[in-house]
Amino acid sequence: MSEAHASDATRRDFLYIATGAAGAVAVGGVAWPLVIQMGPNEREKAAGGPVEIDISAVEPGMLITVIWRGKPYFIRHLTADEVASAKNAPESDFRDFAAADSRIAAAEGAAEEWAIVGANCTHLGCVPTKIDTGLEGWLCPCHGSKFDVTGRVMKGPAPTNLPLPPFVFASEEKLVIGQDKAGA
Amino acid sequence: MSGHSTYNPTTGFGKFMDARMPIVRLVHDSFVSFPVPRNLNNWYTFGGILAVMLVSQIITGIVIAMHYTPEATMAFDSVHLLRRDVSYGNTLQSWHAVGASMFFIAVYIHIFRGLYYGSYKAPREVLWILGVVIYLLMMATAFMGYVLPWGQMSYWGAQVITNFFSAIPLVGDTVREYLLGGYAVGNATLNRFFSLHYLLPFMIAGIVVLHVWALHVTGQTNPTGVEVKSKQDVIPFTPYATVKDAFAMVVFMIIMCYFVFFLPDYLGHADNYIVADPLKTPAHIVPEWYFLPFYAVLRAIDFNIGIPFTDIVLIDSKLGGVLAMFGAIAVLFFVPWLDTSDVKSANYRPTYKIFFWLFAINAVFLGYLGSRPAEGIWIPLMKASTFWYFLHFIVIMPLLGWFEKPLPRPASIADAVLAKSSSDTAESQAQS
Ligand code: HEM
Ligand code: FES
Repeated sequence: MSEAHASDATRRDFLYIATGAAGAVAVGGVAWPLVIQMGPNEREKAAGGPVEIDISAVEPGMLITVIWRGKPYFIRHLTADEVASAKNAPESDFRDFAAADSRIAAAEGAAEEWAIVGANCTHLGCVPTKIDTGLEGWLCPCHGSKFDVTGRVMKGPAPTNLPLPPFVFASEEKLVIGQDKAGA
Repeated sequence: MSGHSTYNPTTGFGKFMDARMPIVRLVHDSFVSFPVPRNLNNWYTFGGILAVMLVSQIITGIVIAMHYTPEATMAFDSVHLLRRDVSYGNTLQSWHAVGASMFFIAVYIHIFRGLYYGSYKAPREVLWILGVVIYLLMMATAFMGYVLPWGQMSYWGAQVITNFFSAIPLVGDTVREYLLGGYAVGNATLNRFFSLHYLLPFMIAGIVVLHVWALHVTGQTNPTGVEVKSKQDVIPFTPYATVKDAFAMVVFMIIMCYFVFFLPDYLGHADNYIVADPLKTPAHIVPEWYFLPFYAVLRAIDFNIGIPFTDIVLIDSKLGGVLAMFGAIAVLFFVPWLDTSDVKSANYRPTYKIFFWLFAINAVFLGYLGSRPAEGIWIPLMKASTFWYFLHFIVIMPLLGWFEKPLPRPASIADAVLAKSSSDTAESQAQS
């Protein structure tokens, strides 16, 4: 800008702006801890370590629910029929299609196949109920979302499949949730 | 409307105070000499009832908070201890729980009164908006209060409602963690909900003061919808409105007492007498009755909204449901501008009157649908009913102002009242 304009800015203008800026920083500095204290606390964050689960007693067709990081997870021992129907289901049945193989797991060299998925419906977080008749899988009691045996969403308001936690089979009898393959 | 103050201090102390802090004058001008239309009917008594209900919730709340423990392993037991072992605890707890329901009955009648008599029209837009703010705060308060007993419905209600925020794109999950104070609903959540449940009613009280202030600037509407024009149209608040409000209050309290003493759990859910279990969602979760219409709107959106003929999803079903639900409340803020008719009272708007009742029936039906499972025939009905809800505000209200031919209105309130009473006397003379 022109020199005349630059000389318009007085020392007082500078002080106004500097005071305003310091004030804004101070308000932000006070607000920050007030907001941040709302988040999960350190103990909560530290409690996120892996959990070991004994799955030897879970027969085919059975389901157990375990807690990791405060949230429930399903461990479902799939029957051969369930695996076959999941693999044969057409892509058009699903809203958020993923291949059945990517959602079914087995311990190294074992024949038993498992679906290990988050147990909170991806809609608003209810725990879906296992259903064994008709369309097998899960039905969410809250707003009617329907998931197949591998947790893929078929109907209802849930937008995505039940999430897959990081997990690894320590042996045929022991599953570890919260640790992925690389870290095993 | 406040007009000229007619307060005349008579005692020495009265004069002393009046020259220093004229609070008695303020009360006198606002609740004694304050002029109200002479033709107010019983639908106009619910504002006073709401004020009393707020005080009642605050008093019972403070008292039961003395026996309550906001800790996840103890909260459930502390409420049941209050109900069983504290002297009068049973009555106080159910007065508070039933009180919340009665509070909502009153606020719904109050809101529908406003919609019928066009109470939101100029110059009362700010008054109306403050009312919607109070309604929002009431919903937040009641939601957090319902979490406190830490039963199954408390827990899963909190789970579902806080998940609304996880629908926000990108930052949703973080926002939710900050609301909950953890990765899932837990002790931290219960603690903060108790803190906020204690705070919000006092904020409501603050907004109520603004609401009443705005009311006393514009004055009340009345069933004719014609503004007050002369002294002939008004009567002083005390004794006329005071007594009418008090009588309505007594009738309302009798109904409330019936619930408190004979059906304390009628409006609640049996599942809330089972302690919260993070592993098991109750088979049929439903919110409190006063949230049901919005719950139906939420569930009506079970489809993604995208660009037609492509796979691009703009709003997924989850975000869509949450937006529709908040939209159903937010639309109330815009009602003063959506209604394009300058005739206030539905008594003189023959077409609007029909649509008003259709809307009211639809709103109740939406509530009924909210209590039904999201399956079969209920889903298309929820969609149709939600559609009508929005259609009423967004299309019907603006269009009616243009197309409707209103009936002739009386010249003044006094005219209307006198015309009615002379025809009444004519009738009774004819009969005798
Ligand atoms: C706007 C006013 C208020 C509303 C709408 C309201 C609503 C509610 C509701 C719906 C419940 C659940 C009752 C149940 O199902 O058992 C509740 C519980 C509770 N409220 Fe309030 N409340 C209000 C004001 C207050 C205030 C001012 C306090 C004072 C601290 C308070 C303290 C409590 C406590 C301790 C509980 C748990 C005990 C119980 O479940 O009854 N409330 N409130
Ligand atoms: S929470 Fe499962 S369908 Fe809504």
